Amino acid sequence: MDQQVNTQDVLKVNGLTTYFFTRRGVVKAVDDVSFTVRAGETLAIVGESGCGKSITALSLMRLIPSPPGRTIAGTVMLDGTDLLQLSEPKMRQMRGNKISMIFQEPMTALNPLLTIGRQVAETLILHQNMSRQAAQARAVEMLKFVKIPEAEQRAREYPHQLSGGMRQRAMIAMALACNPRVLICDEPTTALDVTIQAQILELIVELQRNFGTAVILITHDLGVVAETAHRVIVMYAGRKVEEASAEELFHRPLHPYMNGLLGSIPRVGLTKRATASEHVALQEIPGIVPALNDLPIGCAFAPRCPNAGDKCRAAIPPFEEKLPGHFAACWHSDVGAKVPT
Amino acid sequence: MSNPPPVIEVTDLKKHFPIRKGLLRRLVGHVHAVDGVSFSIGQAETIAVVGESGCGKSTVGRTILRLIQPTAGTIKVNGTDITTLSRHEMRPYRRQMQIVFQDPFASLNPRMRADDIVGEPLMVHGIANKKERAEQVAELFVRVGLRPQQARNFPHEFSGGQRQRISIARALALNPKFIVADEPVSALDVSIQAQVLNLMVRLQRSEGLSYLFISHNLAVVEHIAHRVAVMYLGRIVEFADTADLFANPQHPYTEALLAAIPVPDPAMKRTRHIMQGDVPSPINPPLGCHFHPRCPIATERCRVEVPLLKPGADGRMVACHLR
Amino acid sequence: MSVTVPLDHNAELRRAGAFAHGFFGQARFLARRYPLGAAGAIILIFFILCGIFAEWVAPMDPLTTNAKYSLAAPSARNWMGADMMGRDEFSRIVHGARISLMVAISATGLGAIFGVSIGLASGYIGGWFDLVFQRVVDVLQSLPLLVMALVITAALGPSLENTIIAIALPLIPSVSRVIRSNTLSLREMPFVEAAQAAGMSEWRIAIRHVLPNTLAPLIVLATAQLGSTILTEASLSFLGLGVPEPHPSWGRMLSESAAEYVRTAPWLVIFPGLAISLIVFGTNLLGDAMRDLLDPRQRS
Repeated sequence: MDQQVNTQDVLKVNGLTTYFFTRRGVVKAVDDVSFTVRAGETLAIVGESGCGKSITALSLMRLIPSPPGRTIAGTVMLDGTDLLQLSEPKMRQMRGNKISMIFQEPMTALNPLLTIGRQVAETLILHQNMSRQAAQARAVEMLKFVKIPEAEQRAREYPHQLSGGMRQRAMIAMALACNPRVLICDEPTTALDVTIQAQILELIVELQRNFGTAVILITHDLGVVAETAHRVIVMYAGRKVEEASAEELFHRPLHPYMNGLLGSIPRVGLTKRATASEHVALQEIPGIVPALNDLPIGCAFAPRCPNAGDKCRAAIPPFEEKLPGHFAACWHSDVGAKVPT
Repeated sequence: MSNPPPVIEVTDLKKHFPIRKGLLRRLVGHVHAVDGVSFSIGQAETIAVVGESGCGKSTVGRTILRLIQPTAGTIKVNGTDITTLSRHEMRPYRRQMQIVFQDPFASLNPRMRADDIVGEPLMVHGIANKKERAEQVAELFVRVGLRPQQARNFPHEFSGGQRQRISIARALALNPKFIVADEPVSALDVSIQAQVLNLMVRLQRSEGLSYLFISHNLAVVEHIAHRVAVMYLGRIVEFADTADLFANPQHPYTEALLAAIPVPDPAMKRTRHIMQGDVPSPINPPLGCHFHPRCPIATERCRVEVPLLKPGADGRMVACHLR
Repeated sequence: MSVTVPLDHNAELRRAGAFAHGFFGQARFLARRYPLGAAGAIILIFFILCGIFAEWVAPMDPLTTNAKYSLAAPSARNWMGADMMGRDEFSRIVHGARISLMVAISATGLGAIFGVSIGLASGYIGGWFDLVFQRVVDVLQSLPLLVMALVITAALGPSLENTIIAIALPLIPSVSRVIRSNTLSLREMPFVEAAQAAGMSEWRIAIRHVLPNTLAPLIVLATAQLGSTILTEASLSFLGLGVPEPHPSWGRMLSESAAEYVRTAPWLVIFPGLAISLIVFGTNLLGDAMRDLLDPRQRS
């Protein structure tokens, strides 16, 4: 798959920092996050709820509710333009045009009072100055691209008349209508059934190959990551803790958090048991994710980490290249990584 | 007793929801949410019911607990038929069966403190006086891995995983023999899922609990269940021991479900066979085998004749004309 | 870094209320966040204190007549003038606050109790009970509030209690509607199902699990309705059907003087009118803030 990835950087994010100023204190939702996405590449951002992955996406789109949220530092360079510097009208011209986003729940992201075809056409009229007729024709074409059966007929239907999978397809059609440089998918299949999830993931991969779009895939599902991503960023408590190619990360996780995650998911075909009643206990990560307004000093994962020492509780570990192309933020990860059993 | 009756025995369970339309609430049809389901659950056994949304798996769980009145069929608890018991007659049986829900936010009353939530079932059934109750609640907290110091907190002060532990503690309060777990880990973070699943397994061993484990996540099911029932549009299409089902799925739908699970290993990126099409509406399900419009091997017979769930050679049950 | 960094995190946090500790700290934070609501609360508290401590606040007895000061203009002795019978207008307005608020609060409370009971039963029991009661509520709601109250007082005769009943009755429909719709959605919540699975009685579930979760919208509604009950009381009294003599009622004070003295002794019209407007304005401001605070979904 790697030969399709060309080396042109489309989106360069540097030092992105988004804080929320709330009654409970400063919530450091995204803290100094940097990454690059190339054309035709899928970058996955994984982590559990509250790790800042969705806020990262919203910060790129400049959709953080303010107050209380504020992107207080960083640059987001899209083809040489810093999105964070744009005026709001300029930014509006970018959204849905150069950088698009699809959400977990397509029902809430679609307007229930407009037909599917109309909603796809609106984007085209807005960003590409198309005539209504041309836009409608193009909308049907887009719906065919995302493999909605009987696209002409479906274009005249309203969101509630479509199934969850079809709605997500319509969302994708809308997001890709203007052929954006970057597509952000925030948990695109979490609300869908497994068989439908497989269809949607296949569709995203296929469209990306045809359009050369850079995809940022935000998910908590390591299975989805393994099947679709080229490169992966692991986030924990608002910070990047590990980054590597998908193959490298899954076979040689360096950060104990990623290591723990891989051990804690039940996998089909890997649960071995002597008798029917004997279960192999899953590996647990003890404790809970820390509150983002009350982070521990030092490494945020230290309270849950089996290897944590005094140094971990004293200072945040630097994010550095431990192996070629494999970065991690851990004081101990150079000791020797464990391969999950 | 050499051969005790199963903890739960369900025979030909049906639940049809009426669909009414218009001002006069005219009956226009039925949703066949559960359409003739039979199985039994032994002591300390976990039966998983898997399937996609709308297959009726949650309705099965709620109907067994008589939270929903079945349209037809019988439900036996330790050999006693509870299908038609009155509300009052049901009370002693309520103590034997409990439920844990998916959503750890909606399943706890936001206006009650954690210890009141866990202790309320004890109070309602008149078990233990106030002091004994406090002791039992504290013990339940420890058993599910919560700190008793948090007992006076409100649900919003707990994390998702902790709330699910409160739910489990509430379900355990009455010392039930049987728990319906309706997607108990689906809303939890991956690292927390393992904690809750391990807790459930531990409790099963120490208390001899039987579970009906409802889930859409086959990897979780393989980990926790002894036997698995795969449902599609209100019917069980395959019922087998977990190991057999995963090693050698018989029904084409089970095969498709297994093929669709993303595997957390990039080296195993498969050229997979992805089943096309959507789950049909349970209001007007396809005739014959419900699965035939999506089935790669469907024949003319599948379009007209309903396949029965019949036992195969090795004791597993498959509802397919061709397998 | 190309984005301006607010150097003072503390300033941002103070704005978000992170340093609001204790009752007064919280109150100060809320007052800064909802200044109009705070103004409303202050107005309402001011009138409530006036009403409670009317004997001490009012310089004179509101009922003592004195022909010498009949229709006296505002002066050092009579701050707001005196009425035809020489009774001190200021003292009457202070005592009127007591009557006005007592009627408004009791009527709102009474209406809420009945509204909640009907709404809860309607939503929880459903079936024919729901059908019948909601149609009754429909009928009640199709009549204007004031006309309803008018008919009731006319039928029952004017007295303090009857006024309260007359004002409470028209409140029942809106309260029961809100509670019913809340009950309907709460009934489907998993925690209610869990209570059923534990074998709890419907009664217990309704009281312990459903009712407490409808309180927030109820408080919002009750505060919002307080202003209109005060207005209804004033209107009824204006029409001579409200609180009877000798209780000083703002509405009646207006009606007694409006026709005859509006030219000769305008203070007799201005001050009661001002009192009514001010308190209704205050409760409405407070009601809006309460809605924003407790029920963000209803925010327009």
